[in-house]
Amino acid sequence: MVELLAVEDLTVGFHTDAGLAQVLDGAGLRIDAGEVVGLVGESGCGKTTLARAILGVLAPAARIGGGIIRFKGEDLLQQDAARLSRDIRGRAITFIPQDPYGSFNPLFTVGAQIRDLVRWKAPRAGRERVMELLRAVQIPEPERALEKLPHEFSGGQRQRLMIAMALLPEPDLIIADEPTTALDVTIQAQILKLLRDLVKDRGISVLFTTHDLGTAWEICDRVSVLYAGQDMEAAPTASFFAAAAHPYTRALLLSLPDPEGDIRDIPGEVPSLLEPPSGCRFHPRCGRASEACRSRPPRREPAPGHLVRCHHPVA
Amino acid sequence: MNPLLSLRGLETRFPVRNAFGLRTGWVRAVDHVTLHVMAGETLGLVGESGCGKSSLAKTIIGINRPQAGEILFDGHDIAGLHAGERRAVARELQYVYQDPGASLDPRWKIGSLLEEPLKIHTALSPAERRRRVVEILRAVGLPEAHLERYPHEISGGQQRRVGLARILTLRPKLVILDEPTSGLDVSVQATVLKLFRELRDVFALTYLFVSHDLSVVRLMCERVAVMYLGRVVEVGPTAQVFDAPRHPYTRALLSALPRIGGRRVTDDLKVAGEPPSPTDLPQGCRFRPRCPLAAERCAAEEPALGTEPHAAACHFA
Repeated sequence: MVELLAVEDLTVGFHTDAGLAQVLDGAGLRIDAGEVVGLVGESGCGKTTLARAILGVLAPAARIGGGIIRFKGEDLLQQDAARLSRDIRGRAITFIPQDPYGSFNPLFTVGAQIRDLVRWKAPRAGRERVMELLRAVQIPEPERALEKLPHEFSGGQRQRLMIAMALLPEPDLIIADEPTTALDVTIQAQILKLLRDLVKDRGISVLFTTHDLGTAWEICDRVSVLYAGQDMEAAPTASFFAAAAHPYTRALLLSLPDPEGDIRDIPGEVPSLLEPPSGCRFHPRCGRASEACRSRPPRREPAPGHLVRCHHPVA
Repeated sequence: MNPLLSLRGLETRFPVRNAFGLRTGWVRAVDHVTLHVMAGETLGLVGESGCGKSSLAKTIIGINRPQAGEILFDGHDIAGLHAGERRAVARELQYVYQDPGASLDPRWKIGSLLEEPLKIHTALSPAERRRRVVEILRAVGLPEAHLERYPHEISGGQQRRVGLARILTLRPKLVILDEPTSGLDVSVQATVLKLFRELRDVFALTYLFVSHDLSVVRLMCERVAVMYLGRVVEVGPTAQVFDAPRHPYTRALLSALPRIGGRRVTDDLKVAGEPPSPTDLPQGCRFRPRCPLAAERCAAEEPALGTEPHAAACHFA
């Protein structure tokens, strides 16, 4: 497989009134060409921060402590801002937001907003291509849709428009940040199917962040899990769900509602990012933890393509 | 078993107004709903956004006033009662918002927060109130020392427990849980569901569990009612509704639910389209425009909800 994006040892902190919140602590991630990778984890685990770091749109309070974001062989953290905004952001890497309504300007027609996008990010795309994409995302009457304002579309339709706009610059990578969280389950299934079909046809890679493991099962080729800013495990989707090796992944999967079984939660609470535990940040809640877990475990590869960072992985 | 709560022909409508404030139509949020909640059971109320499940819950608790129908709680019709008249009945009927911890006053200590409902609704002496407060705090798994703390001094999970304790101090019979796990991570969700189960057993509670999350409802409820555009379209024992759904909408909803390890729903998707606008409902059956079974009869005649225990409002059920 050809590497498209690799994040290595990325550390990001945020200055707050209470001190420095260490949101990402040596996080890693890899996306190959044409692959849909799920980035899962609970709220506050840093998945949105990681996605924003790749796009280069971290909040001003963020401080990058170190690490590499290698995209097509070059480190994005070393590039100058002008080139990033000209060639990468919105061009080679595009974005599908969680809330499509908040991402449209409510005062301009959808057509005007697509024309702006074409002008700045997809100069080669003509009207033909816009129409073709609107048909591909199954917007009824695309000609008339361009004359409408964002509020005239339903949530599902707005997300279809966002997908079309993310495809328009012909990117190598789409970052989709919880794109179906706000949608009902029947609409969610339609959007997931549409997104997967479109990117697979075009060979585009997707980084799909979600807290919903069922969604990750539906759409992803590989799943990577973050806990409190550290990457814990990454594996092909089938092995991730059937043969998870990290105790955190195991506990997370067990806490899913199971109609036959009891309810099993993870004892304890997610640590404060202001004073995180040393080493593996899951160790205070982990049944297998030992003294060794106070230092960060190296990556092991129990099976090809299956990475786990744990001193005591589950066999 | 007797119903603790019975809804008969309940209707809640909201006016739709144009820019000049003139009424141009109605949204029939709750449309002729008949439903019974048995003493001691957990009844799930499921449906997608806009189906009217929260409007129904808010009508029962008195936040919305119904236009028609009866709400029989423990034998009394409480539909359309004024706040003062409701008070006597209301303490046995409680409503839990999405995040019960978020509604704690930050300037009050936990002890005073828990005591307030008892001051308003009961004639207990200060010593008895104190005893009741300590008892409830233990039941939700918090130490007595927390009585002297402020909400910001405890964790979010503990705040949630205090919020629930506040409702339980009045010893309610029926608790309406409105989307109690929406927006929670699965591990936190498991903790919260465990707590709901424990409290149900300790306090002999009856729950009306309103949720859009079918897997959670399956785990928690003995019976389930499915709503679509203001109507109950199917109601029955949870196992039967999930294993042998009778209404095509319930089937569509279940088929869209991701099953980890199973066949991907995106591989063979059954339901297309989106729900119609609630201000402009189709003639006849409301699910007709999206329904694979729709026939002429479905346009002419709105199907009635059949007879329980497992009822479905479909001509072909």
